[in-house]
Amino acid sequence: MPNENTISRRGLFMKVGILFNGLVATALAVPIVRFLLSSVTRGRASAYLSWVPLGHVGEFPEGETRLATFRNPYVTPTDGKTADTACWVRRVEGDQFQVFAVNCAHLGCPVRWFPQSGLFMCPCHGGAYYRDGSRASGPPERGLFEYPYKVQDGLVTIQAGELPTPGSPTASLFGKKPPCAG
Amino acid sequence: MRRLITEVGEWFDRRLQLAAPIREAAEHPVPRNTASWFYVFGSAALTVFLLQLVTGILLALIYVPSASEAWSSLQALNHDVTLGWFIRAMHGWGSNFMVAIVLIHMVQVFLFGAHKFPRELTWIVGVFLLLMTLGMAFSGQVLRFDQDAYWGLGIGASIASRVPIAGPMIVKLMLGGPIIAGATLSRFFALHVFVIPGMLIGFVCLHVLMVLKLGINEWPMPGRLVKKTTYVTEYHELTKKDGAPFVPYAVWKDLFFAAFILLAIAACAVHFGPFGPTGRPDPTIIQTAPKPDYFFLWLYALLSLLPPSMETPALLIGPVVVIIGLLLLPFLSGEGEKSWRRRPIAVLTILLVATTLGTLTHLSGFTPWSPHMNAWSGDPVPQQFLRGSSALERQGALVFQVKQCRNCHSLGESGGQRGPALDSVAVRLTQDQLIRQVIQGGGNMPAYGKNLSPAETTALVAFLETLHPVGQTPAHNAALDHGGSKN
Repeated sequence: MPNENTISRRGLFMKVGILFNGLVATALAVPIVRFLLSSVTRGRASAYLSWVPLGHVGEFPEGETRLATFRNPYVTPTDGKTADTACWVRRVEGDQFQVFAVNCAHLGCPVRWFPQSGLFMCPCHGGAYYRDGSRASGPPERGLFEYPYKVQDGLVTIQAGELPTPGSPTASLFGKKPPCAG
Repeated sequence: MRRLITEVGEWFDRRLQLAAPIREAAEHPVPRNTASWFYVFGSAALTVFLLQLVTGILLALIYVPSASEAWSSLQALNHDVTLGWFIRAMHGWGSNFMVAIVLIHMVQVFLFGAHKFPRELTWIVGVFLLLMTLGMAFSGQVLRFDQDAYWGLGIGASIASRVPIAGPMIVKLMLGGPIIAGATLSRFFALHVFVIPGMLIGFVCLHVLMVLKLGINEWPMPGRLVKKTTYVTEYHELTKKDGAPFVPYAVWKDLFFAAFILLAIAACAVHFGPFGPTGRPDPTIIQTAPKPDYFFLWLYALLSLLPPSMETPALLIGPVVVIIGLLLLPFLSGEGEKSWRRRPIAVLTILLVATTLGTLTHLSGFTPWSPHMNAWSGDPVPQQFLRGSSALERQGALVFQVKQCRNCHSLGESGGQRGPALDSVAVRLTQDQLIRQVIQGGGNMPAYGKNLSPAETTALVAFLETLHPVGQTPAHNAALDHGGSKN
């Protein structure tokens, strides 16, 4: 009969066995967690973002806002049509543009441009924005998300690749706060 | 033949040794008055869950969980595969019934005090079962990969992104990449088909096991209080004195109700058909007004009506408070009165929650907060508002139509309900106030100052000033009557 301070041979083996399993489980957890988080870690340092062309400057008349589409720079083989994205291009004058995400800054529904009343309106919860993307009314707390753009060799090019959402850094980095948001 | 069946049965039971425990579970005594039609919702939820498992597996034989193929495979199910439409409809209606039955079951359990001692853990497991059921409902809507699913994911991502610090990470984790695309559908497929159902099966087993071990909740009698020290003895005395074996004494009502529910789901499936899919999940088609499925419509309405500043806290803190509240409920009211006749606050809470959810769901049917995105262009200003009007006022009516004021305002009962109806706006606002409202906006109306020329504003306001019921004088600035100056 072993006393309380001694460990039996079998008891020791069981403890070593548990420890061994614990070590193996920890070792296996590393690749599993890295796999699970791959969509997050891969996107670090804006790796998802690239410059994509939207069309020639001439396609966008001055003073007007037109819908443009582009293929997302980051695609996977099964994306199909979902990797095609729309955006609103406003040519203010000359080479001065504003490129807005179609996603409402409230909850991401697609906003539509109404040239007659000069407003972007959202069909979901009633958000409205002025022609320069600033908030006009409704539940959004800010103006429309804007893509950084540049005009190169007559092509309007934007930096895109991530779904803009109210809390994503993509939105806050180059998004624009409404001028008089209070 | 009969002997052969008995022998085969005995052969298996010598090895499995399950007959005795199964018989014991089936014939365990239950209080006689629990053999009631009020006690059938739990077993009905289990029945619908089994239906969902079977129809889900059948759908998986055809469905392709790929962003480029899913929509087409649903079309094939609807139109090409024999009775594919029926299986889809059963699964879709089954999910609606499941959410409804789980909620009814929960209300019944709460009103009958079944969450009290010693059934606290049964309730807690039930709360997780409710959350999983809602998780299945949302992920199922995603698998119906159409426009509503696509933009619904966008709404989910927008909500998740508002979590402080971790928001953007959660969004990428949820979408499986930077945008809603192939990886998003694949992970929701894994959730809907493997992860959540696996957990559901485990939790359902636990839930039923506890019902068997602890006994079904007795019919609550006003004045019969639950005390931790005496309850278990009292319950056993009750089942001994006034008990009956569950099978067959109580089970026949469960059987009848389960069959009735299955029949009701099948009837809905045949009559109404499957849900969607709506348009292709093509993000470049923006002419769409996405709406969630029935059980999330209340949330859709709530998100439109909350003041913007309250929205993020309500979205992030609200669910946590509700879930913690539900989990703590059996500990906060674990003893005492069980009968709903003596628990007015419990009854009022249920009525309040039901009225709130019902009202929000009803409102989401006609979305008064949304501008009419399609109705405006074809709606000219009704004739009765133009009779006897001057040239300037008619010009104003034209501005009113061209600038799409009726996207948000109704006139003659047609137009949006985002802003107030304008049939009698001249009675409410003076000329100065009308000009200010049009140019500067405010009160949730955009400012039109930059979008209207002074001539257009003058004409529009002239027209708005004619909008008052016959016999009612328009509002005017009383200060001017006595020679005072404006402002």
